Amino acid sequence: MQPLIQTESLTRTYRMGTETVRALVDVALSIEAGECVAVMGPSGSGKSTFMNLIGCLDRPTSGSYRLEGVETSTLSANELARIRNRRIGFVFQQFNLLQRSTALGNVELPMLYAGLPPRVRHEKALVALERVGLTQRKGHLPLELSGGQQQRVAIARALVNDPAVLLADEPTGALDSVTSLEIMALFQALNRQGATVVLVTHEEEVARYAGRVIRFRDGRVLSDVRQSPRDAAADLADQQKAA
Amino acid sequence: MTFLDAIFASLSALRANALRSILTMLGIVIGVAAVVAMTAVGGGAREQVNQQIKSLGANLIQIVPGNVTSSGVRMGSGQSSMLTDDDARAVVTEVPSVQVAAPVVRGAAQIVAGGTNWSTGILGVMSDFFEARDWPIDQGRDFTTDESQRGGQVALLGQTVARQLFGEIDPIGEQIRIRNVPFEVIGVMGRKGQTVFGSDQDDVVFVPLQTARQRVLGANRAKNRSVNQITVKVRDGEVLSVAESEIRALLRQRHRLREDAEDDFQIRNLAEISATREQSARTLAMLLAAVAGVSLVVGGIGIMNIMLVSVTERTREIGVRMAVGARPVDVLGQFLIEAVTLALIGGILGVILGLSAARIIAGAAGWPMLIDPNIVVIAVVFSGLVGIASGLYPAIRASRLDPVTALRAG
Repeated sequence: MQPLIQTESLTRTYRMGTETVRALVDVALSIEAGECVAVMGPSGSGKSTFMNLIGCLDRPTSGSYRLEGVETSTLSANELARIRNRRIGFVFQQFNLLQRSTALGNVELPMLYAGLPPRVRHEKALVALERVGLTQRKGHLPLELSGGQQQRVAIARALVNDPAVLLADEPTGALDSVTSLEIMALFQALNRQGATVVLVTHEEEVARYAGRVIRFRDGRVLSDVRQSPRDAAADLADQQKAA
Repeated sequence: MTFLDAIFASLSALRANALRSILTMLGIVIGVAAVVAMTAVGGGAREQVNQQIKSLGANLIQIVPGNVTSSGVRMGSGQSSMLTDDDARAVVTEVPSVQVAAPVVRGAAQIVAGGTNWSTGILGVMSDFFEARDWPIDQGRDFTTDESQRGGQVALLGQTVARQLFGEIDPIGEQIRIRNVPFEVIGVMGRKGQTVFGSDQDDVVFVPLQTARQRVLGANRAKNRSVNQITVKVRDGEVLSVAESEIRALLRQRHRLREDAEDDFQIRNLAEISATREQSARTLAMLLAAVAGVSLVVGGIGIMNIMLVSVTERTREIGVRMAVGARPVDVLGQFLIEAVTLALIGGILGVILGLSAARIIAGAAGWPMLIDPNIVVIAVVFSGLVGIASGLYPAIRASRLDPVTALRAG
């Protein structure tokens, strides 16, 4: 069976004035469906560039990236938008919700671009909000929600089109430790339900909850280690008991 | 993303910055309001002028005495009446395109009827004048031939004079005195209304031409056969300018003017007057259209400016939309629809404002208001086009943003 994500000699360089910055050099990685992977590294290591490339937000300078067997480096902007819409769910550090839309409206957004009729959008958005445990808050605006709740809305938005992979860029970076644990527990639960999760993070605590840790340095893969993840839900229960 | 979704999204974006949106619309609102108000008021005014000209008679020519040069001194027009009854008779008999040529003498006098008096214009005419002016007699009768020739002391009252002197009483058969000369009222003229120049045509008393000369307008008039004007009606279907040049040639010949001499009369053509007014109305309309056009362009630039600001402010939002699957064309559509919505709302508000303004102006000036529904449609369509024109560049800029860069934006 082919891997969900497969890169070969994936390279991305930027031109900064006269200098050429090699953000990612010859990266060959594959990620299977159902994995939960943490991508780590200091800033400037290339982990964000890697995430942008596999999220089809950016195109490689050279090399190949296949998502579900489809070569993406030759696709048009519209085809990439379609892949982002249907096959990829993004979760960002700053949540990136539309401030003027309610939780439900934000979750409906990807389906708007998928061209689904309003009733289907509404129903699927409610299901997604239920999966992240926020049904009660569906009518609230982002500003009326806590950080953790906003991130749950963002996760519901990422899930709603049944993507092949959830890409989370520092998803706990703006949250306190307890809320972070809650979000990690949610990712683990989704992963157990079959979702493929790729987390970009620089926090070791977050990486402990992933089954595989890929470390970047200077645009190259430094290490790629499989581990048995800690259970975020159990840690959360312990913390609450201690408190 | 359906069209309806896009419109709702743009409305919500515009509402989020309500004050800014309203201020941005203002340029379009004012431009469209100016166009609509101007055409409504201008159309009404033109319609009124046309009606007035029709009431005067479109195929009328007025001949009045002109300048007389005496030993190199040019006297003012009308100083010496060089037009006579005979000129009038010659015009009607010798120029075939002329239907009627009515000689008129004019003066002003105080009229007394019982205890009331009224100062008004006196016109000495013959019956053909009423034919030339298409001016029917409302009640009573016309001058008889005998009265015309012998100078009978009979008078026809204009509506205004009849009302001022007699109020509700039937004036026919009553006595009036003009400069102490008694006259019998034999009729009341139909209503003519105001002239193009705003004077009341019904404020007049008609007496026979001979009577006017002999008994009303002073002895000096009696000794000659001069008239103040000749009102000429050209036959239907004849060209006014042709009739005019024929009349000119005839009168120059009759007055024995040398080849190089100026005319000692003037020929005025009401159609010309109306054309002049039409021309000045058109100039005014073009001026206002230019102002409106400039205002719309400025309004469009305002929209473009605000849309560019909006694209910059919402770069992150654009990035998020792209991340969840918006294609470049979706982003383009979103901002374009926003600009068009802004302009269209401005256009519709402008139409409402313009019509209200036109109603107020027309009401104050006493003009009829003439709304051309096409103008309303054109104004709204045009503001939509302004929206497209001014929204296109910002929208293209938004659609070309790189998702990664857009997401990183503050």
